[in-house]
Amino acid sequence: MTQTTSTQATVGSADIIDSLCQITPGSHLDTIRQSRAQARDNAQRSFEVLLEPHDPGTFPLSERYAVAAYSVGLQASESAALDFYLELTEEETDSHFARSIEQLSRAARRAGPYGEYREPRHAEESEPGETVHYDPEDVPGSSQRLAAALEHAHLLSLHPRDARPEHLKRLENAGWSADDIVTLSQLISFLAFQIRVVDGLLALADNPAPQEAR
Amino acid sequence: MSDVIEYQELNRPDGFTQEGLGWVPWVKPIAEADLTEEQRAALIHEFRIKSDYFRLLVRNPEALHARTLTDLDIFTNPAGGLPRADREIAASAASRVNGCVYCASVHTARATQESGRREDVQRLLDEGVEAPLGEKWEVVAQASAALTRTPSQFGTEEIDSLRQAGLDDASIVDAINGAAFFNWANRLMLSLGEPTVPKRRSKT
Repeated sequence: MTQTTSTQATVGSADIIDSLCQITPGSHLDTIRQSRAQARDNAQRSFEVLLEPHDPGTFPLSERYAVAAYSVGLQASESAALDFYLELTEEETDSHFARSIEQLSRAARRAGPYGEYREPRHAEESEPGETVHYDPEDVPGSSQRLAAALEHAHLLSLHPRDARPEHLKRLENAGWSADDIVTLSQLISFLAFQIRVVDGLLALADNPAPQEAR
Repeated sequence: MSDVIEYQELNRPDGFTQEGLGWVPWVKPIAEADLTEEQRAALIHEFRIKSDYFRLLVRNPEALHARTLTDLDIFTNPAGGLPRADREIAASAASRVNGCVYCASVHTARATQESGRREDVQRLLDEGVEAPLGEKWEVVAQASAALTRTPSQFGTEEIDSLRQAGLDDASIVDAINGAAFFNWANRLMLSLGEPTVPKRRSKT
């Protein structure tokens, strides 16, 4: 356990997925990941442009990290991913705020994906479930903007087939521009990818093939 | 003025299908004529310029560019790992579990095209990820489904089954990547617009 997931060790250089999976250069899983180098490098690039943009514009880093920590927290991953995103949140804000986001996320965990099918042939497969609603006062130091973003993160992370145009109206009414709605959607959806790659690779590392056992 | 678009009347699909579907955006895409040089470059290939989906995502050009390059390598890199059709089954199974009718239509059609196994592919759509698909596809579909669920259900049992079906670790990583990537794509397709049935369906 010499690998660290601290921000300093990862930002701008080390690969986040490798770091969270403790994949070291030259190892079996590193070799496999390098055989899809473009996918590996652009997963990292996606992290950088969504979570460490040179110009965050009207979507500040504090909101990006809060949404990220909240989204990753919903996945209940056994990896260190939640700690990693909480650390980023705390560095950009403060520990009280980060803890509040963590608590909101843990309290909102549900088994997913659920949701209702709009397609009539699959109506009986529908699994109606909870849509969370946050008021700004639910999140200390927060805003209507962040409350709406966290609601959207819950929808996309756990019951994306319930998404409807009214959810985008809710974001727009809370001050989200069309450009930032796209970036927010990419950020939440990218994390659904990243956490699954991490969970998948960790499971594989825990179950080495007999000839690869050390 | 709102950038959100709602449609009163649409010819919506009634369920999962391998037939080609359309997709309409719920947020205004960038008009073709208004694309900047950076946005054009982020589309990577010229054909994406005609797609409302890509001209919507190009509102964040860097994010779209990185996402497309990830997608292309996971699914089309021919070196080692899983055959293309099996990667498409991982994508299709994730889409089936999440309920993304649009993504499922594209990637089941591709699986059929690559494998010629239209009926097996159709069973995945009609019956879901527990459908009989032949040993290898069954375990790939079920492993993809396990990783799609929250919290992840992907573990020893899935990995053992994948190995028994003949997958080496590079192939298992392709299955993980294919399933994981569609958990990204499905969420964008499901939350930024919706599928439609084209007026004139081209027969495949």
